Amino acid sequence: MNAISSATRHQHFSIARISAISSNTLLELIRLKVFYFMLIFALVIIGSSFFLVKLTFQAQFQVLKDVALGAMSIFTWLLAVLSTAMLLPKDIEDRTLYTILAKPVPRLEYLLGKLIGVLLLLFVAISFMSALFVVVLYAKQQSAIAELVARSGSDGAAAEIRSILSETFTWNLVPGIIFIYLKAALCAALTLLLSTFASSTIFTIMVSVVIYIIGHVQPIARDYVVHSHGASSATIVWLTLESLLIPDLSAFSLVDDIAAGTAISMNLFLQTAGMGGIYVIVYFLVGYFVFWFKEL
Amino acid sequence: MNRQSIIAVMMLLAFGAARLTFEQRLSTELRAAHFHGARLDLDMREQIGQMAFLAALSGFRAPVADGLFLHAYTAWENVEWGRMKLDYDAATSLQPRCELFWDTAGWQMAYNASNAAFSDRNQPREALRLKAQREYFKLGEDYFLHGIANNPEKPSLYNSLGMLYRDKLKDHCKASDIFKKYSKLSGALTYGERFSAYELAQCPGHEREAYEKLVELYNRGENERLPTLLKWIRNLQDTFNIPAEKRINIPPEKP
Repeated sequence: MNAISSATRHQHFSIARISAISSNTLLELIRLKVFYFMLIFALVIIGSSFFLVKLTFQAQFQVLKDVALGAMSIFTWLLAVLSTAMLLPKDIEDRTLYTILAKPVPRLEYLLGKLIGVLLLLFVAISFMSALFVVVLYAKQQSAIAELVARSGSDGAAAEIRSILSETFTWNLVPGIIFIYLKAALCAALTLLLSTFASSTIFTIMVSVVIYIIGHVQPIARDYVVHSHGASSATIVWLTLESLLIPDLSAFSLVDDIAAGTAISMNLFLQTAGMGGIYVIVYFLVGYFVFWFKEL
Repeated sequence: MNRQSIIAVMMLLAFGAARLTFEQRLSTELRAAHFHGARLDLDMREQIGQMAFLAALSGFRAPVADGLFLHAYTAWENVEWGRMKLDYDAATSLQPRCELFWDTAGWQMAYNASNAAFSDRNQPREALRLKAQREYFKLGEDYFLHGIANNPEKPSLYNSLGMLYRDKLKDHCKASDIFKKYSKLSGALTYGERFSAYELAQCPGHEREAYEKLVELYNRGENERLPTLLKWIRNLQDTFNIPAEKRINIPPEKP
């Protein structure tokens, strides 16, 4: 009787179980030395952009933003790929996976918990990097203003101070950083999908890196497919397959233009962010489908 | 490959087909909003090298462009105009939305390289030095024009191009037109409209139009009545023999 009532009490989908798995995943990833190493390395690069700008007497804020945002972009992506690629193989190797799945935990919850754990890690990492970026940018802004005031007085330099202020902090940087996060989240979901059928971590990482590079030239392939510039049918078939299978990562590489002062409209932001969200969901669901049938 | 993997690939293909049109439209909209203007092709790979090209392809084109922009300074210091142009070509192609890259590239070509060509001691024939100088003016003009095409809403490049037409190429009609466009942009300084009128006054066949514009500016108030504006009104009144009762009374220039 007790067994029957406990079975009916068991929920098929439990947020509590997912949050337990995701918080454990986050904790597990944070404890890894590679996380600290990469985060510290990223923070050092972002911090050093303050000194790097001294190499140029023009475009100082442009260089600072490009270097810092570039470092944020590359390290969030690396974190996404490396941390996700080792999740499943490590759990299989440690036998943790069998312990978890032997309990009444559906595979959907397990996989979702893992993905959410990685997304939380990326959020923590990008928050740290963004905070340091803001501090460095603010410090550079204040030193530039102080230099200007010392040279020409606060009244004489009013227009130049306004120009410095407009060059440093703009609200546009926020969507830029959100796109960096979204691209990393997409790469994490894709790596999770790959790791559901891959036999080794190295294979998963290599394929993820290749997809990352090809994903950035997607528009060129898609243009070929759509406009068929007199290419052979074999080329068209190959590019069509590539366009259909590989995500268009260039759509999320907007931060370079945003740092150069291009404003993004709310409509375009929502469309692009929505597309990123859909990618993550679809890759997760396909990964779940493969994982569902995986013999463990 | 087992059955599940094949089904998974089919699912990805179906998702790809569903998103293709949307992504194509999104890509067009992003381009219209001045995103993704960078040119990444085989010429670019030859210019910047394999590793830099790979970095640019992988979404890190802005730091690569900054590196090339900094490298162009070294070329300038070493008076390597050809090397400098290649660096600026690559930097502006990778980051076409950075107006400063275009502006600096145009200025270097039209002012520094052109001057160096004109003062070239290795070239004894003045005609050839003038020709080389003019070619650099044109290269500068090209940078400004391409920069404007990529950044039509930013005023600084119009200003630089207007000054190039006015001071170097002595094409007052084009200078007037560009200063006029400059004055209409948000963030442009107030002299744009005046500069446009001054240049129009020197554009053959447009003197009457220029006079009307200058009078209009004069009538706006004291802030516009600057010495150059007064000089041009006086000159044109003399040219058109405007009757005394219709003239704006401007005292003659002090010797």
